[in-house]
Amino acid sequence: MKKMPNVTNILLVGVGGQGTILAGKILAQVGLAQGLDVKMSEIHGMAQRGGSVVTQVRMGEQVFSPLIEPGEADFLVAFEKLEAYRWAQMLRPAGTVIINDQRIDPLPVLVGAAVYPPDIVPALKARFSPVLLAPAQTLAGRAGSEKAANVVLMGMLAAGMTIPLTIWQEALAAVIPPKLLAINRRAFAAGLETFGN
Amino acid sequence: MRTLLTGNEAIARGAYEYGVKVATAYPGTPSTEILENIAKCSEIHSQWSPNEKVALEVGLGAAIAGARVLVAMKHVGVNVAADPLFTAAYTGVRGGLVLVSTDDPGMHSSQNEQDNRHYAPFAKIPMLEPADSQQAKDMVGLALEISETFDTPVLLRLTTRVSHSRSLVNLGEPGERAVKPYQKDVAKYVMLPAYGRQRRLFIAERDKRLQAFAENTPVNRIEPGDQAFGIITSGISYLYAREAWPEATILHLGMTHPLPSQMIREFAGQVGRLFVVEELEPYLENQIKAMGLPVTGKQIFPAYGELSVTLVKERIAGALGRETAGREAEPRPFEAPGRPPVMCPGCPHRGLFYVLRQLKLTVTGDIGCYTLGALPPLAVLDTCICMGASISGALGMEKGNPGLARRLVAVIGDSTFLHSGITGLMDIVYNGGTATVIILDNGTTAMTGHQDHPGTGRTLTGQPAYKVDFVALAKSLGVKRVTEVDPFDLPKVKEVVSREIAVPEPSVIIARRPCALLVKTPESPVVVAGCNACKACLRLGCPALSFPEGAGSVEVNPALCTGCGVCTKVCKFGALRKAGEENA
Repeated sequence: MKKMPNVTNILLVGVGGQGTILAGKILAQVGLAQGLDVKMSEIHGMAQRGGSVVTQVRMGEQVFSPLIEPGEADFLVAFEKLEAYRWAQMLRPAGTVIINDQRIDPLPVLVGAAVYPPDIVPALKARFSPVLLAPAQTLAGRAGSEKAANVVLMGMLAAGMTIPLTIWQEALAAVIPPKLLAINRRAFAAGLETFGN
Repeated sequence: MRTLLTGNEAIARGAYEYGVKVATAYPGTPSTEILENIAKCSEIHSQWSPNEKVALEVGLGAAIAGARVLVAMKHVGVNVAADPLFTAAYTGVRGGLVLVSTDDPGMHSSQNEQDNRHYAPFAKIPMLEPADSQQAKDMVGLALEISETFDTPVLLRLTTRVSHSRSLVNLGEPGERAVKPYQKDVAKYVMLPAYGRQRRLFIAERDKRLQAFAENTPVNRIEPGDQAFGIITSGISYLYAREAWPEATILHLGMTHPLPSQMIREFAGQVGRLFVVEELEPYLENQIKAMGLPVTGKQIFPAYGELSVTLVKERIAGALGRETAGREAEPRPFEAPGRPPVMCPGCPHRGLFYVLRQLKLTVTGDIGCYTLGALPPLAVLDTCICMGASISGALGMEKGNPGLARRLVAVIGDSTFLHSGITGLMDIVYNGGTATVIILDNGTTAMTGHQDHPGTGRTLTGQPAYKVDFVALAKSLGVKRVTEVDPFDLPKVKEVVSREIAVPEPSVIIARRPCALLVKTPESPVVVAGCNACKACLRLGCPALSFPEGAGSVEVNPALCTGCGVCTKVCKFGALRKAGEENA
């Protein structure tokens, strides 16, 4: 299918409770600050109980559907490795993969009914480029709170996009509560430095 | 000012801007956030009702009294509220009344995917369908206006993708929140048959006026373009169609009952081939066909699940014999093991379900987090139908097959019990049932995100309220055997359940523990020593327990473990211990 002109599609995937919706809100704010039309779609309800979750953000001059079609995502930001694997077919062949180097075993693996794929990152690298991998939780912990791993991932995404950093900084200030802003700014910088420059 | 809002937030904003005075609901995905957001506005009386029928009746009462009202529920909630709805269509209103139904095509969080658009012609009330958040907000205003002008409740129908997608909304100033003076009007509000017949004639005449309104309302509009073919669509499907076919001529219907038949005829005359793009049932399609117009719809689109831009693009191109331009081959997905939702670490339901599985009982289930107990490894539920059906269903199983009687339990959550379980329990007592009913009282409506209910002692706005006494309630219905247990105390749970199922009379067990997500200070993680690799604990399905390949021992994930200790009672070898009891 022909891609809509000037629409950027970002898919945020993870495990219920990892903070994909907050990351999506930061990203949406980044779109709005550039004067773009933005749509964002999220998952609520049953899937949140430790299930596979996805938040979708689309930005461009005019965006109709709130959903990204398979093969149309420009960026896949995975908060967990297996989720990167699961959602990879949503990416364009030239799409960028950003992965938090964290493994969370789903219940079928925990109880021995399924195997956690051992070669996720090499398999993704064989099909997509670039594939950026970093221990977002560890970096967030150093910044002051492991809970800011989602913002580390936004820093990594910022390094892969061509949006002025001042816009990202404003978006953080608009979305993050003031008392947590300093930690999150450090987390963002840590993600950015991993792949920036 | 423009801001990004979900469809549900936009509905709440609409209630604020368009003078809603009373808002009611029972929580249910994807509708829940509507009332949670309205509750932030102190000028609106907002409340959780025990169920959707009560919510709509409270709303109708407020509308008869002269206030503007919004009532919200998920699609299956409208089934519960259908009784007052169908007669509210006869009485009409004094203050505007909008009923928001959030449907769930694709069943993201529901037990069925019924198409609630059919309620509009069935109940004989007008219906609006927004495509995005701006329309959702605007249509609250339009629905209230239609409601007051035409003296009818109005159905505002959303779907999951409209409710849970964010798009830009222009914020307006709040209007007046005036209440019209109350007027007694027996012939309008007392639906005796004689008055009902008069109101039925009123509806016939109202339908004609609404039909004329639909022909002229700006929410039904033609977007001109290539006239080789035309698309008639509504709701989220409009956005899919618009993106899939940027050059097409589209008739976008914002009001989908009654349909603007004249407008549709004229549109059909302007274009070559006519398509209908709609999710779920051929609701528009069948009515357009009944007008004698040839139209292609479910012949090329599925009548189940969600549509998408790709589907709309490919199916219409296929019907027109056109190539789909330059679509890149979809890469084969990697094979990833599933990640089903699970009961949380520390969930009070887990231990109880483990015992029910050990006892090999037949278990009728209900709607809530505990429905997850149907999945492996616990796999303990036999049925899950609708709110309350665990209890009445257990009575039916016992009457239909008496051999089941001594190994039958119903499990139901506290919020679900108050929603629809009380009448079923009354029926067990009244009709000589002997099933054991287990109320899983975690002190909240957990699945939808922790909403209060009449058993929590708090209202939607956080005000203190009387807390329903489940023990006294069960006893007042005639249940003589009522036992309370701590679901973490597995030996006690096993003893009580075994005893109660053996007794040939009704009994209620209340398993009481707060939802694990509401416990602010979890205990220290469980520790492992001397595991003999029997893996019995893995049958609990706790996300904090794993047995990594090649490891000789079960492992506890300290980041997830809440120290609930249920696994320590399952381990026969004492290898799992609560922190501080390692050397006991």
